[in-house]
Amino acid sequence: MARSHVFMPMSILLILALALAACAPVPASPAAPGEAPAAAAPARAVELRITWYDDGNEGAVLRDLLDRFEAANPDIRVIIDTVPYASGILETLPIQLEAGQGPDMARVTQLGVLSKYMLDLRPYLSNPAYWEENFGPFLKWMQTSPDGNAIPGFMTQLTVTGPFLNRPLFEQAGVAVPSDSSDRVTWQEWAAAARQVADATGTFALAMDRSGHRLAGPAVSMGAKYFNEEGYPSLVGDEGFKAMAQLMVDWHADGTMIPEVWIGSGGSYQAANEPFINGQLVMYMSGSWQVGQFAEKIGDAFDWEAVPNPCGPGGCTGMPGGAALVAINTTKHPEAVARVMEYLTGEEVMSEFYARTLFIPGHLGLAAKGVDFQTDLPQAKKSLEVFAAEVGKLAPLAYDLQAYKYNTILFNATRDRLTQVFTGELTLDEAIQKMQEDIDAGIAAAQK
Amino acid sequence: MTTRSQPVLPPERLTFGALLGRLFFSFYSGLMTAVELVIDPIQRVIGVNRMAYFFVLPNLLIFGIFVLFPMVLNIYYSFTGGVNLFPQNRPFVGLANFQQIFSCANFLDPNSCREDRFWRGLYNTVFYVVFQVGGMVAFSMLTAVVLNRSLLGRGFFRSVFFYPVLLSPVVVAMIWKWILQRDGLINAMLVSLGMERIVFFLHANWAVFWVIFISIWAQMGFYTLILLAGLQSIPRELYEAAEMDGAHRLQSFRHITLPLWAPTLLVVLVLSVIRAVQVFDQVWVLTGGGPGTATLYVVQYIYETAFANQIQQFGLASAASVILGVILLILTLFQLRIGRQSDIA
Repeated sequence: MARSHVFMPMSILLILALALAACAPVPASPAAPGEAPAAAAPARAVELRITWYDDGNEGAVLRDLLDRFEAANPDIRVIIDTVPYASGILETLPIQLEAGQGPDMARVTQLGVLSKYMLDLRPYLSNPAYWEENFGPFLKWMQTSPDGNAIPGFMTQLTVTGPFLNRPLFEQAGVAVPSDSSDRVTWQEWAAAARQVADATGTFALAMDRSGHRLAGPAVSMGAKYFNEEGYPSLVGDEGFKAMAQLMVDWHADGTMIPEVWIGSGGSYQAANEPFINGQLVMYMSGSWQVGQFAEKIGDAFDWEAVPNPCGPGGCTGMPGGAALVAINTTKHPEAVARVMEYLTGEEVMSEFYARTLFIPGHLGLAAKGVDFQTDLPQAKKSLEVFAAEVGKLAPLAYDLQAYKYNTILFNATRDRLTQVFTGELTLDEAIQKMQEDIDAGIAAAQK
Repeated sequence: MTTRSQPVLPPERLTFGALLGRLFFSFYSGLMTAVELVIDPIQRVIGVNRMAYFFVLPNLLIFGIFVLFPMVLNIYYSFTGGVNLFPQNRPFVGLANFQQIFSCANFLDPNSCREDRFWRGLYNTVFYVVFQVGGMVAFSMLTAVVLNRSLLGRGFFRSVFFYPVLLSPVVVAMIWKWILQRDGLINAMLVSLGMERIVFFLHANWAVFWVIFISIWAQMGFYTLILLAGLQSIPRELYEAAEMDGAHRLQSFRHITLPLWAPTLLVVLVLSVIRAVQVFDQVWVLTGGGPGTATLYVVQYIYETAFANQIQQFGLASAASVILGVILLILTLFQLRIGRQSDIA
């Protein structure tokens, strides 16, 4: 009994002591013998976070470049959070930004829609003129209003959409590659040739990324206008757009297009890398950002190459685009962000970045000088040359579409409604009407 | 007077176990004393009768913060527009979001509705609930009846049926995706038998069938377990009495098992309907709602409208979720009413 009388108060004391200990502040770790005392230690490095996605090796290249930056600037530490493109960049990041919980910097592709979350770095840059000179045309894509002059970031890559093909499949089938003998091959001619190859080799003829942006280049080539005279998106009565949409419907109906990409992917973005890399696809409409990945994953396993954009009554154009690394306006360290940005946009660093990632430069000075791409792979070199040449052939409408602030609303509406035509849920006319309604509702909501 | 000498007890041996026990006891007593120090004054102030409220308060707080408050906020959002996240930045639009959803020329033809995807999602959900819940309850009942018998390896079979319940819906979807894809297990079997491949998720009917089948497979173990417990609570004497009266098995099932099983069945029905209406994660991974909108369900519509689209329409998504909540409430009340009526009968 006596013992339990002793134990109980002791236990109460023990609980109180534990509670107090848990609430006590954590003491700074004592300095080891010979070390300077804590008070004399340098201030803690500013920690910056980048939300990033990878198409190929660019994340690793960026890390390498930032390691060098951190070695020279011990007061800044940069953490790269790599996320998947569709769920991370397209879906989650906008919510984080709207909630004010975004990173300090982010690599994004939806430049117009996200422009309201971007930080204008101009007041923090030592030489804004350098940015205007080298990134000027692309900065227009990042403005909240058409007359804006903010400098939110730089293009990590300039992209051009266009098709890739698997040349050995043409050789196996004994079918000539149409672009070998003509500069102007129509979409219908390409599709017919690809179908012939697919029939002979037991592969799939054609695939296009499930994206309204990817569809836009061929649609403009077929004569699509996308905008009315007031500059507002208008698809009803756009015969060029309807012609391209009808081609897509026909290609899905007759088995020319691999159905998994558009029909079997629900409501999100989908690429067709896997069948192309596995040699199961004759022709793949995607874009220049794939070169690095194909160089890494296909290498010289077979002869793959980019070919010029097919033609139609409206021209032979793809779509420009690209990804930009932008500063986010909720950052607590704008000066540090600007220092990182200035380092990354230095001509030498940018040149190394583009050379190692095999990206088309989004830096006008380097584009003019040329980048010595670090690859010995003839397939990659040839593809990069084709895409670089395509930049000069892009239709003005393609640039207008890319610069349009609400282009993602337009692209997603065309993508989702067209899929419903492939599955028989809507007729093409109904789908175009629904696209217009979605666009109107989306723009109205965005402007409230 | 003789003095009786006290018996000399051997010194207590304090083993490690005894010490540990004593320490635990002391710790526990100490803890209780500390709790009493707090509780006693409160009890004196509010009275013993109101102490129940004090004890449920923490739970109520958690429920309030994480369930009730978001629910109220959701209702408020359904009356606002724009794309801003924070309520103070969102303009009040009255019933505009509900009007947009209910703007239909013909409710039976989703194409005639402004928010045709909502109505497609709703009709798909109704179809899914009817067939998934119907199929699952039927299979679960059958399985429970079989597992209630003295089978060889009964414990093993109970585990087998329950195992899929332990898997995450995403894992279930991934596994079945691998099985059903163009180069998956089933197609390998079909090809080896000289048959044509079927790309299941490219055909609306197949996609709907597999979505329902897989969810039944994944969830029926849980409901089988509840139904089995219900079966086992029926007294054996009733069956013995019925047997003595000459009732055959079907009559026993009809007149003893079913009536006494009804309360458990009602619980299973309510739970499975609520879960079926909320279907999302598994289907999202499996088909993404496709092909087209064949497996698009209301919750996916809400998710896409609020989060996946580049222009996030939180107001419209909230209005859709309010409508879904009302449907769910009516359905549950209806089920409970039927349950009460059958109890009275």
